[in-house]
Amino acid sequence: MDEPLPERGMILRTAIGIGLYAMAFGASFGAISVGSGLSLGQTIALSLVMFTGASQFAFVGVAASGGSPFAAVPAALLLGVRNAFYGVPISEILHPRGFARLWTAHFVIDETTAMAVSQATPRGKRYAFWATGLTLFCLWQLGTLAGALVGRAVNPADIGLDAAAPAVFLALLWPMLRRPQARWVALGGALVALALVPITPPGIPVLASAIVALVAGLLPARQPMESIDERDSA
Amino acid sequence: MSPLWMAVIIAAVGCYLLKLAGVSLPESILNHPKVQRVAQLLPIAMLSALVAVELFDGGRAYSADWRTLAGVAAGVIALLLRRGFLVVFLIAISVTALLRLIT
Repeated sequence: MDEPLPERGMILRTAIGIGLYAMAFGASFGAISVGSGLSLGQTIALSLVMFTGASQFAFVGVAASGGSPFAAVPAALLLGVRNAFYGVPISEILHPRGFARLWTAHFVIDETTAMAVSQATPRGKRYAFWATGLTLFCLWQLGTLAGALVGRAVNPADIGLDAAAPAVFLALLWPMLRRPQARWVALGGALVALALVPITPPGIPVLASAIVALVAGLLPARQPMESIDERDSA
Repeated sequence: MSPLWMAVIIAAVGCYLLKLAGVSLPESILNHPKVQRVAQLLPIAMLSALVAVELFDGGRAYSADWRTLAGVAAGVIALLLRRGFLVVFLIAISVTALLRLIT
Protein backbone atom coordinates (compact mmCIF):
# COMPACT_ATOMS: atom_id res chain seq x y z
CA MET A 1 0.00 0.00 0.00
CA ASP A 2 1.22 3.53 -0.79
CA GLU A 3 1.34 6.30 1.77
CA PRO A 4 -2.08 7.92 2.17
CA LEU A 5 -2.47 10.94 -0.07
CA PRO A 6 -2.28 14.02 2.22
CA GLU A 7 -4.52 16.23 0.10
CA ARG A 8 -7.11 13.47 -0.35
CA GLY A 9 -9.76 15.01 1.95
CA MET A 10 -9.47 18.44 0.36
CA ILE A 11 -9.76 17.05 -3.17
CA LEU A 12 -12.77 14.93 -2.21
CA ARG A 13 -14.58 17.87 -0.59
CA THR A 14 -14.01 20.01 -3.70
CA ALA A 15 -15.17 17.14 -5.92
CA ILE A 16 -18.39 16.79 -3.93
CA GLY A 17 -18.95 20.55 -4.13
CA ILE A 18 -18.54 20.44 -7.90
CA GLY A 19 -20.82 17.39 -8.01
CA LEU A 20 -23.62 19.16 -6.12
CA TYR A 21 -23.34 22.11 -8.44
CA ALA A 22 -23.49 19.68 -11.37
CA MET A 23 -26.59 18.08 -9.87
CA ALA A 24 -28.40 21.45 -9.99
CA PHE A 25 -27.08 21.99 -13.50
CA GLY A 26 -28.28 18.49 -14.46
CA ALA A 27 -31.71 19.18 -12.97
CA SER A 28 -32.06 22.28 -15.14
CA PHE A 29 -30.98 20.19 -18.13
CA GLY A 30 -33.58 17.51 -17.34
CA ALA A 31 -36.37 20.07 -17.00
CA ILE A 32 -35.42 21.95 -20.17
CA SER A 33 -34.99 18.73 -22.13
CA VAL A 34 -38.46 17.32 -21.41
CA GLY A 35 -39.85 20.85 -21.81
CA SER A 36 -38.29 20.91 -25.30
CA GLY A 37 -40.14 17.75 -26.30
CA LEU A 38 -37.58 15.03 -25.63
CA SER A 39 -38.82 11.94 -23.81
CA LEU A 40 -37.61 10.89 -20.36
CA GLY A 41 -35.57 8.09 -21.96
CA GLN A 42 -33.94 10.42 -24.49
CA THR A 43 -33.11 12.92 -21.75
CA ILE A 44 -31.46 10.24 -19.60
CA ALA A 45 -29.63 8.76 -22.61
CA LEU A 46 -28.08 12.18 -23.31
CA SER A 47 -26.83 12.54 -19.74
CA LEU A 48 -25.50 8.97 -19.57
CA VAL A 49 -23.81 8.73 -22.96
CA MET A 50 -23.13 12.30 -24.13
CA PHE A 51 -22.22 13.41 -20.59
CA THR A 52 -21.01 16.91 -21.45
CA GLY A 53 -23.28 19.75 -20.34
CA ALA A 54 -22.96 22.44 -23.00
CA SER A 55 -23.44 19.92 -25.84
CA GLN A 56 -26.52 18.46 -24.14
CA PHE A 57 -28.13 21.89 -23.72
CA ALA A 58 -27.25 22.78 -27.31
CA PHE A 59 -28.75 19.52 -28.58
CA VAL A 60 -32.11 20.07 -26.91
CA GLY A 61 -32.04 23.79 -27.78
CA VAL A 62 -31.61 23.13 -31.48
CA ALA A 63 -33.88 20.06 -31.48
CA ALA A 64 -36.64 22.17 -29.92
CA SER A 65 -36.34 24.88 -32.56
CA GLY A 66 -38.30 22.71 -35.00
CA GLY A 67 -37.19 21.23 -38.29
CA SER A 68 -35.04 18.12 -38.50
CA PRO A 69 -33.65 16.75 -35.20
CA PHE A 70 -30.46 15.93 -37.11
CA ALA A 71 -29.66 19.66 -37.22
CA ALA A 72 -28.98 19.30 -33.47
CA VAL A 73 -26.22 16.71 -34.06
CA PRO A 74 -23.48 19.00 -35.47
CA ALA A 75 -24.27 21.69 -32.89
CA ALA A 76 -23.70 19.20 -30.05
CA LEU A 77 -20.55 17.83 -31.71
CA LEU A 78 -18.97 21.22 -32.34
CA LEU A 79 -19.50 22.16 -28.69
CA GLY A 80 -17.97 18.81 -27.70
CA VAL A 81 -14.76 19.46 -29.67
CA ARG A 82 -13.12 21.11 -26.67
CA ASN A 83 -13.23 17.81 -24.76
CA ALA A 84 -10.86 16.34 -27.35
CA PHE A 85 -8.32 19.02 -26.41
CA TYR A 86 -8.61 18.19 -22.73
CA GLY A 87 -7.36 14.74 -23.74
CA VAL A 88 -3.82 16.14 -24.12
CA PRO A 89 -3.21 17.09 -20.45
CA ILE A 90 -5.29 14.14 -19.22
CA SER A 91 -3.20 11.66 -21.24
CA GLU A 92 -0.05 13.12 -19.70
CA ILE A 93 -1.52 12.64 -16.23
CA LEU A 94 -3.18 9.22 -16.55
CA HIS A 95 -1.29 7.58 -19.44
CA PRO A 96 -4.32 5.47 -20.34
CA ARG A 97 -3.41 2.48 -22.54
CA GLY A 98 -5.58 0.01 -24.44
CA PHE A 99 -9.01 -0.60 -22.93
CA ALA A 100 -8.38 1.92 -20.13
CA ARG A 101 -8.70 4.60 -22.80
CA LEU A 102 -12.29 3.57 -23.46
CA TRP A 103 -13.59 4.37 -19.98
CA THR A 104 -11.13 7.14 -19.14
CA ALA A 105 -12.30 9.07 -22.22
CA HIS A 106 -15.90 9.21 -21.01
CA PHE A 107 -14.90 11.32 -17.99
CA VAL A 108 -12.76 13.88 -19.87
CA ILE A 109 -14.85 17.04 -19.43
CA ASP A 110 -14.38 20.63 -18.24
CA GLU A 111 -14.58 19.95 -14.51
CA THR A 112 -12.42 16.82 -14.33
CA THR A 113 -9.71 18.44 -16.47
CA ALA A 114 -9.69 21.64 -14.41
CA MET A 115 -9.51 19.63 -11.15
CA ALA A 116 -6.81 17.25 -12.37
CA VAL A 117 -4.44 19.86 -13.82
CA SER A 118 -4.72 22.10 -10.75
CA GLN A 119 -3.27 19.52 -8.31
CA ALA A 120 0.39 19.62 -7.31
CA THR A 121 1.43 15.94 -7.42
CA PRO A 122 0.88 13.24 -10.07
CA ARG A 123 -1.02 11.10 -7.53
CA GLY A 124 -3.14 14.10 -6.54
CA LYS A 125 -3.93 14.74 -10.21
CA ARG A 126 -5.01 11.14 -10.81
CA TYR A 127 -7.09 11.06 -7.65
CA ALA A 128 -8.72 14.43 -8.49
CA PHE A 129 -9.63 13.24 -11.98
CA TRP A 130 -11.41 10.10 -10.78
CA ALA A 131 -12.95 11.59 -7.61
CA THR A 132 -14.43 14.47 -9.62
CA GLY A 133 -15.40 12.31 -12.59
CA LEU A 134 -17.23 9.62 -10.65
CA THR A 135 -18.96 11.99 -8.19
CA LEU A 136 -20.03 14.30 -10.96
CA PHE A 137 -21.25 11.47 -13.17
CA CYS A 138 -23.52 10.03 -10.46
CA LEU A 139 -24.93 13.38 -9.34
CA TRP A 140 -25.39 14.54 -12.93
CA GLN A 141 -27.62 11.52 -13.58
CA LEU A 142 -29.59 12.05 -10.36
CA GLY A 143 -30.07 15.73 -11.17
CA THR A 144 -31.15 14.96 -14.73
CA LEU A 145 -33.75 12.46 -13.54
CA ALA A 146 -35.14 14.80 -10.85
CA GLY A 147 -35.30 17.74 -13.25
CA ALA A 148 -36.96 15.68 -15.97
CA LEU A 149 -39.63 14.41 -13.55
CA VAL A 150 -40.37 17.98 -12.36
CA GLY A 151 -40.38 19.18 -15.97
CA ARG A 152 -42.93 16.53 -16.90
CA ALA A 153 -45.22 17.36 -13.98
CA VAL A 154 -45.61 21.08 -14.72
CA ASN A 155 -46.07 23.26 -17.78
CA PRO A 156 -42.50 24.49 -18.47
CA ALA A 157 -43.64 28.01 -19.37
CA ASP A 158 -45.49 28.34 -16.04
CA ILE A 159 -42.27 28.07 -14.07
CA GLY A 160 -40.36 30.32 -16.49
CA LEU A 161 -38.31 27.52 -18.02
CA ASP A 162 -38.21 29.25 -21.40
CA ALA A 163 -35.80 31.71 -19.77
CA ALA A 164 -33.67 28.89 -18.37
CA ALA A 165 -31.87 27.81 -21.56
CA PRO A 166 -30.68 31.30 -22.61
CA ALA A 167 -29.74 32.08 -19.00
CA VAL A 168 -27.73 28.83 -18.75
CA PHE A 169 -25.94 29.54 -22.04
CA LEU A 170 -25.10 33.05 -20.85
CA ALA A 171 -23.79 31.73 -17.53
CA LEU A 172 -21.57 29.24 -19.41
CA LEU A 173 -20.39 31.94 -21.82
CA TRP A 174 -19.72 34.67 -19.24
CA PRO A 175 -16.34 33.50 -17.86
CA MET A 176 -15.04 32.96 -21.41
CA LEU A 177 -15.51 36.63 -22.33
CA ARG A 178 -12.57 38.17 -20.49
CA ARG A 179 -10.49 38.78 -23.60
CA PRO A 180 -11.66 41.41 -26.15
CA GLN A 181 -11.31 38.93 -29.02
CA ALA A 182 -13.71 36.58 -27.23
CA ARG A 183 -16.30 39.36 -26.94
CA TRP A 184 -16.05 40.14 -30.64
CA VAL A 185 -16.43 36.46 -31.50
CA ALA A 186 -19.47 36.22 -29.21
CA LEU A 187 -21.05 39.27 -30.80
CA GLY A 188 -20.24 38.01 -34.29
CA GLY A 189 -21.71 34.58 -33.54
CA ALA A 190 -24.95 36.07 -32.26
CA LEU A 191 -25.28 38.45 -35.23
CA VAL A 192 -24.60 35.73 -37.83
CA ALA A 193 -27.17 33.47 -36.18
CA LEU A 194 -29.80 36.21 -35.95
CA ALA A 195 -29.27 37.31 -39.55
CA LEU A 196 -29.90 33.74 -40.73
CA VAL A 197 -33.03 33.08 -38.63
CA PRO A 198 -35.54 34.24 -41.26
CA ILE A 199 -33.77 32.69 -44.27
CA THR A 200 -32.44 29.26 -43.23
CA PRO A 201 -34.02 26.11 -41.75
CA PRO A 202 -33.92 25.80 -37.93
CA GLY A 203 -30.54 24.69 -36.57
CA ILE A 204 -28.51 26.30 -39.35
CA PRO A 205 -28.12 29.73 -37.64
CA VAL A 206 -26.34 28.19 -34.63
CA LEU A 207 -24.10 26.05 -36.87
CA ALA A 208 -23.22 29.02 -39.06
CA SER A 209 -21.96 30.91 -36.02
CA ALA A 210 -19.10 28.37 -35.86
CA ILE A 211 -17.71 30.06 -39.00
CA VAL A 212 -17.03 33.17 -36.91
CA ALA A 213 -14.86 31.09 -34.55
CA LEU A 214 -13.11 29.48 -37.51
CA VAL A 215 -12.28 32.81 -39.17
CA ALA A 216 -11.21 34.50 -35.92
CA GLY A 217 -9.09 31.48 -34.91
CA LEU A 218 -7.27 31.29 -38.24
CA LEU A 219 -6.45 35.00 -38.32
CA PRO A 220 -2.88 35.76 -37.19
CA ALA A 221 -2.70 35.77 -33.39
CA ARG A 222 -2.01 39.06 -31.68
CA GLN A 223 -1.90 37.82 -28.11
CA PRO A 224 -0.58 34.66 -26.48
CA MET A 225 -2.89 31.71 -25.89
CA GLU A 226 -4.39 31.08 -22.50
CA SER A 227 -3.20 27.77 -21.20
CA ILE A 228 -5.75 25.10 -20.42
CA ASP A 229 -5.56 25.41 -16.63
CA GLU A 230 -6.26 29.14 -16.78
CA ARG A 231 -9.47 28.58 -18.65
CA ASP A 232 -12.72 28.66 -16.78
CA SER A 233 -14.72 25.49 -16.87
CA ALA A 234 -18.16 25.37 -18.37
CA MET B 1 -36.62 4.16 -34.33
CA SER B 2 -37.80 7.76 -34.45
CA PRO B 3 -35.54 10.39 -36.08
CA LEU B 4 -35.20 12.12 -32.71
CA TRP B 5 -33.90 8.92 -31.06
CA MET B 6 -31.45 8.42 -33.92
CA ALA B 7 -30.23 12.01 -33.56
CA VAL B 8 -29.82 11.52 -29.79
CA ILE B 9 -27.72 8.38 -30.28
CA ILE B 10 -25.56 9.78 -33.10
CA ALA B 11 -24.84 13.01 -31.19
CA ALA B 12 -24.17 11.23 -27.89
CA VAL B 13 -21.84 8.60 -29.39
CA GLY B 14 -20.17 11.32 -31.48
CA CYS B 15 -19.43 13.39 -28.36
CA TYR B 16 -17.94 10.29 -26.70
CA LEU B 17 -15.78 9.62 -29.77
CA LEU B 18 -14.45 13.20 -29.59
CA LYS B 19 -13.32 12.54 -26.01
CA LEU B 20 -11.81 9.21 -27.08
CA ALA B 21 -9.97 10.93 -29.93
CA GLY B 22 -8.49 13.34 -27.38
CA VAL B 23 -6.85 10.57 -25.35
CA SER B 24 -5.86 8.56 -28.46
CA LEU B 25 -4.67 10.99 -31.16
CA PRO B 26 -1.01 11.96 -31.35
CA GLU B 27 -0.47 15.15 -29.39
CA SER B 28 1.04 17.03 -32.33
CA ILE B 29 -2.34 17.39 -34.03
CA LEU B 30 -4.16 18.79 -31.01
CA ASN B 31 -1.23 20.95 -29.95
CA HIS B 32 -1.26 22.98 -33.17
CA PRO B 33 -1.84 26.63 -32.09
CA LYS B 34 -4.39 27.45 -34.80
CA VAL B 35 -6.36 24.29 -34.11
CA GLN B 36 -6.36 25.14 -30.40
CA ARG B 37 -7.45 28.70 -31.03
CA VAL B 38 -10.41 27.65 -33.18
CA ALA B 39 -11.37 25.06 -30.56
CA GLN B 40 -11.28 27.69 -27.85
CA LEU B 41 -13.41 30.14 -29.83
CA LEU B 42 -16.00 27.59 -31.02
CA PRO B 43 -18.01 27.43 -27.77
CA ILE B 44 -17.91 31.22 -27.50
CA ALA B 45 -19.45 31.83 -30.93
CA MET B 46 -21.95 28.99 -30.59
CA LEU B 47 -23.13 29.66 -27.03
CA SER B 48 -23.66 33.28 -27.96
CA ALA B 49 -25.60 32.23 -31.08
CA LEU B 50 -27.70 29.88 -28.94
CA VAL B 51 -28.62 32.73 -26.58
CA ALA B 52 -29.66 34.91 -29.53
CA VAL B 53 -31.67 32.15 -31.19
CA GLU B 54 -33.37 31.06 -27.95
CA LEU B 55 -34.49 34.64 -27.35
CA PHE B 56 -35.49 35.86 -30.81
CA ASP B 57 -36.20 32.88 -33.08
CA GLY B 58 -39.88 32.45 -33.89
CA GLY B 59 -39.40 29.84 -36.62
CA ARG B 60 -38.13 31.62 -39.75
CA ALA B 61 -39.24 34.93 -38.26
CA TYR B 62 -38.20 37.08 -35.33
CA SER B 63 -40.31 36.95 -32.23
CA ALA B 64 -39.67 37.44 -28.54
CA ASP B 65 -41.60 37.21 -25.31
CA TRP B 66 -40.82 40.26 -23.18
CA ARG B 67 -41.26 38.18 -20.00
CA THR B 68 -38.52 35.79 -21.11
CA LEU B 69 -36.31 38.75 -22.06
CA ALA B 70 -36.91 40.35 -18.66
CA GLY B 71 -36.04 37.10 -16.89
CA VAL B 72 -32.80 36.69 -18.84
CA ALA B 73 -31.96 40.38 -18.26
CA ALA B 74 -32.37 39.76 -14.52
CA GLY B 75 -30.00 36.81 -14.96
CA VAL B 76 -27.45 39.10 -16.64
CA ILE B 77 -27.64 41.46 -13.67
CA ALA B 78 -26.91 38.49 -11.41
CA LEU B 79 -23.91 37.62 -13.62
CA LEU B 80 -22.66 41.22 -13.40
CA LEU B 81 -22.90 40.87 -9.62
CA ARG B 82 -20.68 37.76 -9.98
CA ARG B 83 -23.35 35.29 -8.91
CA GLY B 84 -22.89 31.63 -9.80
CA PHE B 85 -24.79 29.50 -12.26
CA LEU B 86 -27.49 28.38 -9.83
CA VAL B 87 -28.45 31.91 -8.71
CA VAL B 88 -28.53 33.13 -12.32
CA PHE B 89 -30.72 30.20 -13.32
CA LEU B 90 -33.17 30.63 -10.42
CA ILE B 91 -33.47 34.42 -10.88
CA ALA B 92 -34.08 34.09 -14.63
CA ILE B 93 -36.85 31.52 -14.30
CA SER B 94 -38.54 33.10 -11.26
CA VAL B 95 -38.68 36.59 -12.81
CA THR B 96 -40.14 35.10 -16.00
CA ALA B 97 -42.62 32.94 -14.08
CA LEU B 98 -43.68 35.83 -11.89
CA LEU B 99 -44.23 38.20 -14.81
CA ARG B 100 -46.24 35.51 -16.59
CA LEU B 101 -48.37 35.00 -13.51
CA ILE B 102 -49.24 38.68 -13.06
CA THR B 103 -49.72 39.69 -16.72
